[in-house]
Amino acid sequence: MKEEAGIDLPQASPSGPSAFIPIEEILEEGAAQEAMSEALLSEGRVDHINMMMGLHPTYLTCFLRTHNALLQLDGPLPLSWRHFIIILASARHQCSYLVQHHSSAFLLAGGDESWLRGPHCAPPKIQHLQTLNKLLAHRPWIITQEHIQELVCPGAEARWSLAELIQAIVLMSHAHSLASFVWGCGVLPEPEQSGDESLQMCSPTESCCARDKARSQQEWSEAVNEVKLLMEKMMIVQQQGEEFTQEEMVTRFERERTESLLEPADVQHSVLPDCFSRFVVDADFTYQDFSPRGVQAPPTMRAQDYSWEDHGFSLMNRLYGEMAQLLDEKFQVVCALTYNTMAMHSHVDTSTLRKAIWNYIHCIYGIRYDDYNYGEVNQLLERSLKVYVKTVACHPEKTTPRMYFSFWRQFRHSEKVHVNLLLMEARLQAALLYALRAITRYMT
Amino acid sequence: MLIHIDESVLHLLARLEMEKMTRVSTISGCTMFCHLDAPANAISVCRDATQVVVAGRNIFKIYGLEEDGFVERLNLRVGRKPSLNFSCADVMWHQMEENLLATAATNGAVVTWNLARPCRNKQEQLFTEHKRTVNKVCFHPTEVNMLLSGSQDGFMKCFDLRKKESVSTFSGQSESVRDVQFSIKDYFTFAASFENGNVQLWDIRRPDRYERMFTAHTGPVFCCDWHPEDKGWLATGGRDKMVKVWDMSTNRVKEIYCVQTIASVARVKWRPERRYHLATCSMMVDHNIYVWDVRRPFIPFATFEEHKDVTTGIVWRHQHDPYFLLSGSKDSTLYQHMFKDASRPVDRANPEGLCFGLFGDLAFAAKESLMTAPQSVGDVGRKTYPGGDRRYPIFFFKKPDVTEQFAQVSSALSVFESEAGSSVGMDWFINTAQSYLLSGKPFAELCEHNAQVAKRLNRPQESTTWTMLRIMFSEPANPSLSTNHNLNKSGNLPLVNSFSMKEMSAALNERNKENRQDNLHSLETNLNNNDENEETEGSEGQAEYLFGDAELDDDDLYSMEHDNQAAEEPEYLLPQEAFPLRHEIMDHPSAPEPMQEKPESPHVSGSEAESTCLTPMESFSLISVSQLLFSPHLPPKFFCPIVKEMLCYYAEQGDVQMAVSVLIVLGDRIRKEIDELTQEHWYMSYIDLLQRFELWNVSNEVIKLSTCGPIMCLNQASTTLHINCSNCKRPMSNKGWICDRCHQCASVCAVCHHVVKGLFVWCQGCSHGGHLEHVMEWLKQSKHCPAGCGHLCEYT
Repeated sequence: MKEEAGIDLPQASPSGPSAFIPIEEILEEGAAQEAMSEALLSEGRVDHINMMMGLHPTYLTCFLRTHNALLQLDGPLPLSWRHFIIILASARHQCSYLVQHHSSAFLLAGGDESWLRGPHCAPPKIQHLQTLNKLLAHRPWIITQEHIQELVCPGAEARWSLAELIQAIVLMSHAHSLASFVWGCGVLPEPEQSGDESLQMCSPTESCCARDKARSQQEWSEAVNEVKLLMEKMMIVQQQGEEFTQEEMVTRFERERTESLLEPADVQHSVLPDCFSRFVVDADFTYQDFSPRGVQAPPTMRAQDYSWEDHGFSLMNRLYGEMAQLLDEKFQVVCALTYNTMAMHSHVDTSTLRKAIWNYIHCIYGIRYDDYNYGEVNQLLERSLKVYVKTVACHPEKTTPRMYFSFWRQFRHSEKVHVNLLLMEARLQAALLYALRAITRYMT
Repeated sequence: MLIHIDESVLHLLARLEMEKMTRVSTISGCTMFCHLDAPANAISVCRDATQVVVAGRNIFKIYGLEEDGFVERLNLRVGRKPSLNFSCADVMWHQMEENLLATAATNGAVVTWNLARPCRNKQEQLFTEHKRTVNKVCFHPTEVNMLLSGSQDGFMKCFDLRKKESVSTFSGQSESVRDVQFSIKDYFTFAASFENGNVQLWDIRRPDRYERMFTAHTGPVFCCDWHPEDKGWLATGGRDKMVKVWDMSTNRVKEIYCVQTIASVARVKWRPERRYHLATCSMMVDHNIYVWDVRRPFIPFATFEEHKDVTTGIVWRHQHDPYFLLSGSKDSTLYQHMFKDASRPVDRANPEGLCFGLFGDLAFAAKESLMTAPQSVGDVGRKTYPGGDRRYPIFFFKKPDVTEQFAQVSSALSVFESEAGSSVGMDWFINTAQSYLLSGKPFAELCEHNAQVAKRLNRPQESTTWTMLRIMFSEPANPSLSTNHNLNKSGNLPLVNSFSMKEMSAALNERNKENRQDNLHSLETNLNNNDENEETEGSEGQAEYLFGDAELDDDDLYSMEHDNQAAEEPEYLLPQEAFPLRHEIMDHPSAPEPMQEKPESPHVSGSEAESTCLTPMESFSLISVSQLLFSPHLPPKFFCPIVKEMLCYYAEQGDVQMAVSVLIVLGDRIRKEIDELTQEHWYMSYIDLLQRFELWNVSNEVIKLSTCGPIMCLNQASTTLHINCSNCKRPMSNKGWICDRCHQCASVCAVCHHVVKGLFVWCQGCSHGGHLEHVMEWLKQSKHCPAGCGHLCEYT
């Protein structure tokens, strides 16, 4: 399998769960059986997202647990509201998959059909969430205690309680990061959804097999060398104890953060299809790089000053206990997830590589680890990977199959899904940290 | 003789003073604070308790502790662009070498500082062996050159300050190290706490393996602290909001005390000279510093509430002085707290508790000392002891057991059982709840039924209220439903009259009924010589009762009076009609509470002005009422304010049952008058009561009939039904028809042998069952269980 991977080129089959990954590959990973059967039994079917995550069964188990707790178990918000919040959040990233899926779930949960015409038909309380939704999706670092205050005490009936708000925040950031996953893995619409016209254009169905097939043997050996090179770099990074001046470290962080070359070119700035635009307010508000150094740059968040383990968890545990436990577990699982393999090599310690991806995502969200040398990011993450990661994390709707196929050409698909999981969780944690920090400040 | 005593006292005092001098260099001061430029992460104090170092991301300064304030002595943060080595997560001042400090930097560096260096930069040594943030540094208490660090990368390193590199590295084999502490008594031992909830004990000579390990908390253990005197005791604090004290001296580590706080515990420090006291501060949300007596884990011994943001560092100023506590905080202040200025939650807590049981039992808890007060000869003896115990510590014991003040933390609980069937019983409540009809019939019938119920249970006031409600809100054009024949007789006019009288009756009925007869008499006199009534009764209020009571007792009297009213001449009627009507007028614009709640109010209002104001009022009332009387229909709305008052009155009185029942029966007629929150409150109280009496059906009916959103939601919460697998008897987790453990379909239809995924009906006798339709069909043909177990199943 490993040997063949290069020759037996993947076929993007439009009928499978993903536009990027051939269905055979997903099905061959037999390990997923157990977790998938669980999903199958509880929901009556396995949707495409679960199939993709099924490549990493340990993760899938705790993802499903969180997902179900968030949407089905007791909580401060009514069930239909939860689905509606997911709809609003995923519409920001034009994720038709989630919008469709949760629209029907919303109706099943007894939601009012008229809300689906747009949030203006929903109660004002939900409408008030829109600002927070927007910020969480694109620029969470702007969230301040004033935003929380506005929601928590506007007087009268539209008031959010902190418990409700925290659930809404988790729901929104969960949906945003899930949208990243959907786009990043090219998840295709479910069979029953595909009837919708607008879907076709929003999903990355562009076939890439042609290009893949054309890949020559020579390219393959090149790719093999790339992997070797990467592994050597990892060894170096792991062993080196080199010293840097403070300034050097800051510069490196800033450089990673502001690498604007990685911005994907605006592919098409077409009008949003109606199925999203009705849920989206202020659609032009998107991720923006921090302003060039010096000019009113928002202060970076120091991971040591507000971390999930210490502060985020403590606050969440107070307001929404079960969820704090579940998220904590999920973060731990995703950070520890490894099979000690890399492409065709096994018994590799990939921790530095995983750490680099995680910290890179936090970096583009403005979170800085004092004890991390951002030079490693530059060494370990090749340019095409950075482009992919940044796009999926910040502008998931702009992901193209070309990006997916151009990084780590020799790696297995399951490893690329792994990258997506890291990406999704790192993004979720970053957004939550900013929101929770604002709540902490509001409370003190 | 006298002189002799004086001398001995002086001698004693001198000894005391000397003792103190040797232990504590005289510290004095007051509660004080100073502003720092930046949030503090940690503080540490030098051995002689005269200086404190504050470290944080953007601050690293030494302050002198003066009598009346902090004085900045030194800023260690030098250089134009200070490096990350200055960004401190922790700081410790050497307890033997007064010029030596160590800091843990967020970038993973361990730095030592020597204050004796002549230049501005006091940095002495820099160890950059850790890969990630260093969370904690700790000097050895007796070995001058030994420094220990614990880092996020999972390693602990021991440094010899005379060398450039670490002497040994300890790997926790797990995640991040949050705290390391050298044992105070045991030269070679140190404890380390970890992010995964474990605590490990290490021998400094054996870096290969920990001596022992145990799981102390769920989630990270943020801090630990060795007891300064008891060598086996270690206190740990974790994200799970607990502080635990472990006894390490035994073979198995044993948890001996556990204090539950309200937020993640960030730091814990034993209080010097107090065996059972420790101070804690929290990581998030809660800004206070608590001092706990571990034997009393439910309420803090003392609280310091000065900080406005989370406290990040606490340290006792001197290792033998329990009265001074220093703290640094994220709110950029440094405080010195005096123990005498602390607030003592114990003093504010109510030491007595009182509670009624379901069956009228009464439990009473109070301090033991109070409970035994009458025969407390021994108590008196004990109380005199603290006065005398002063000499004991000096002459006999090494340290005084000053925690004596907490000796009396135990309380005595007495339960007074009520006798069965005593008056405390709530039978009326249960009966009423069960017999009231809240829906399913026309409004008037409901009222009538409930009135009968109340009457049967000997609750005339409620009964009358129901009758009144019926009259008020029934369609006047359709009076046939009412059993009150007065109504039939004279149409609208008596309706109004009877209303006003009944309203009063309801209001005043609570007065004792013994003087009913007297009232009757007094009415007679009232009627006859109206001019004198103010001095016979003192008020017209008394007369009103009579209307109420008379009407209550039997309709005949009431109707008779009524007939009188109608038949007699207007001028003769005046006084009689004036009473009710006048009150009606007073009621409407103002609140009727004085009349309802305070029976004495008529006396107040009518005391002196009675004779003078009576006449004008009469005429006035007559005019206004005459308009009312002849208005063709009184809209039910007209009564709403009164009914609202009435409901509030009942609720205030504690009879929330009445309030809620009326609310439900009246439904839309009244609902909009009362604000949602109040309604919700009533509903909640009533439902709670019903559930305490296990009246589940009634409570469910009330929930169903309620119109408040939050109440209706009650029935939608916790609708999960937990089931066990029929094969392996284990709980089934997430789906109803297949068991995770034995992988068998648990709920198979006994008729068709397929898995049931929809409605599953089963016999409660033999617990066999299946698809609803299948079982229905089967039981039409057979009486026996479809599974063949021989049970005679019944389907109803």
